[in-house]
Amino acid sequence: MADASYPDDLLYHPEHDWARLDGDTATFGITWFAQDALGEVVFVDPPEVGTRVTMGEPYAEVESVKAVSDVIAPLSGEIVEVNTGLADKPEAINEDPYGEGWLVRVKLSDDGERDGLLDAAGYTATLS
Amino acid sequence: MLSEIGVRSLDELFDRQIPAAVRLQRPLDLPAGMAEQDVYEHLRALAARNTSAEDEISFLGAGMYDHYVPAVVDMLMERSEFLTPYTPYQPEISQGGLQVMFEYQTAISELTALPVSNASVYEGPSAVAAAAYLAKLANGKPKVVVSRGVHPHARAALRTLAAGYGHEVVEVGLRDGVTDAAAWAGAIDQDTGAVIFQQPNFLGAVEDAAALAAAAKDSPAVVVGSYDPIPLGILKPPGEVGVDVAVGEGQSLGNRLDFGGPSFGYFAATDAYLRRMPGRIAGETHDVDGKRGFVLTLQTREQHIRREKATSNICTAQALNALAGVVYLTWLGRHGLVELGELLLQRTHYAREALTAVDGVEALHEQPVVREFALRLDAPVDRVIARCQDAGINPGFAIGREYDEYPDGLLVALTERRSKEHIDRLADILGAAVAAERHSAGVSA
Repeated sequence: MADASYPDDLLYHPEHDWARLDGDTATFGITWFAQDALGEVVFVDPPEVGTRVTMGEPYAEVESVKAVSDVIAPLSGEIVEVNTGLADKPEAINEDPYGEGWLVRVKLSDDGERDGLLDAAGYTATLS
Repeated sequence: MLSEIGVRSLDELFDRQIPAAVRLQRPLDLPAGMAEQDVYEHLRALAARNTSAEDEISFLGAGMYDHYVPAVVDMLMERSEFLTPYTPYQPEISQGGLQVMFEYQTAISELTALPVSNASVYEGPSAVAAAAYLAKLANGKPKVVVSRGVHPHARAALRTLAAGYGHEVVEVGLRDGVTDAAAWAGAIDQDTGAVIFQQPNFLGAVEDAAALAAAAKDSPAVVVGSYDPIPLGILKPPGEVGVDVAVGEGQSLGNRLDFGGPSFGYFAATDAYLRRMPGRIAGETHDVDGKRGFVLTLQTREQHIRREKATSNICTAQALNALAGVVYLTWLGRHGLVELGELLLQRTHYAREALTAVDGVEALHEQPVVREFALRLDAPVDRVIARCQDAGINPGFAIGREYDEYPDGLLVALTERRSKEHIDRLADILGAAVAAERHSAGVSA
């Protein structure tokens, strides 16, 4: 498992989710803290492409050997892509939470929402 | 204790806590107490008013069947290691119990040709309702389409649960004894989360399961089949005709009628629904020394971990009844189950021919049947049944008790305990009973 890290190029939701912005789309995933708290991830139940997600609301489930957790959307929009690779390799969420372990790509619907997210320093401060 | 809390008597405690207006100001209307010995005699007298299936020749089925239960079932069920059916919260300490669940699941999986089975649920009707809830969890669609060929008790359980978790239940009627294919296809749309049929259906008719499943192919619906397990030796298993979730009443596998319960329900599904299944699942593994062992697996679906988002709030499997089921299936074996199915098929057809030859009796439908069939009587069904019972034979179930559309229907079930001689006797007695009722109707008219 990778060491704790919170990249500076991401925005963070206090429910332990990250968003990587790319124009009017963003990639979502869960933070190092979240995967560490869950333990070994064994299953991901992703949403379908086309589903609308709302900032602060659950859009997927991640199951570890000890719990099932809702994954909270850091921003609102419509799912345009799902990381299907996680079906065969859910442990990518543990091994590479900001890379291979990404969950969905979303076409954002509200430019203003991103101002409500935290930067790496702000998110890290919530963990201590 | 009363003095500790500052009241003088029990009455005073109630007076201070419960408003006088809502209290019953008189003793409960109950008989006076009885001595233990008198209670015993009283209960014995009440019990003697029951007619056991052992005391009459019974053709009563309608979902629960009077199959012979071999002695090996009782012998194993009564072992103290198995008599406590609760799965402990540290279950791995009970390796024998978990192995039984695993063997049971394997048997159900082979019987249904579906890859996953749980360790059983309460009984058939709650298994049907749980299958609809699985669909609600899986696709969130608002509607469930259910054939009226599904057992009325299962439909009632479904309506009860669906009202709570929010499924609209749409019933599709029968035509010529089977699910109306056009109405079935017409009821299924993009809002349909589950479709449910029964095989054979409540009227004993063998449904075209593949066609019913295929009708849901272009919808999001989970295809649920409620199957009588006994005819699976001769009918195509649900997993081979497009059924996603197979459920059913397990009573006919090694459990006696026992006044309607307890029994168990079985629940099997395709891999896609593994994580949406209710109840417990035993899994096979290896211990640190590489030896074969068993665990309860996939527990994150369950209520003690997942709280309100659990796939069910039933973690108690009917393990003891399911044990009877797997012992029975093992006792029968692969060939025995086929032979039993063939025997029932032959006797059922003999009985259908013998009874429809009786004056005033005709077939309610002409569909293929395997262990049960429906008749129409040209006389009041309840009165005919009473006359037959007076002659020591129970001719079956009055379908009108559950179906307004078949007030003259009689449902007749066969098990291997009913011989050709029994069937011939039923034909004679049923004929006499129908004739007597028609005669008295004619006289009074």
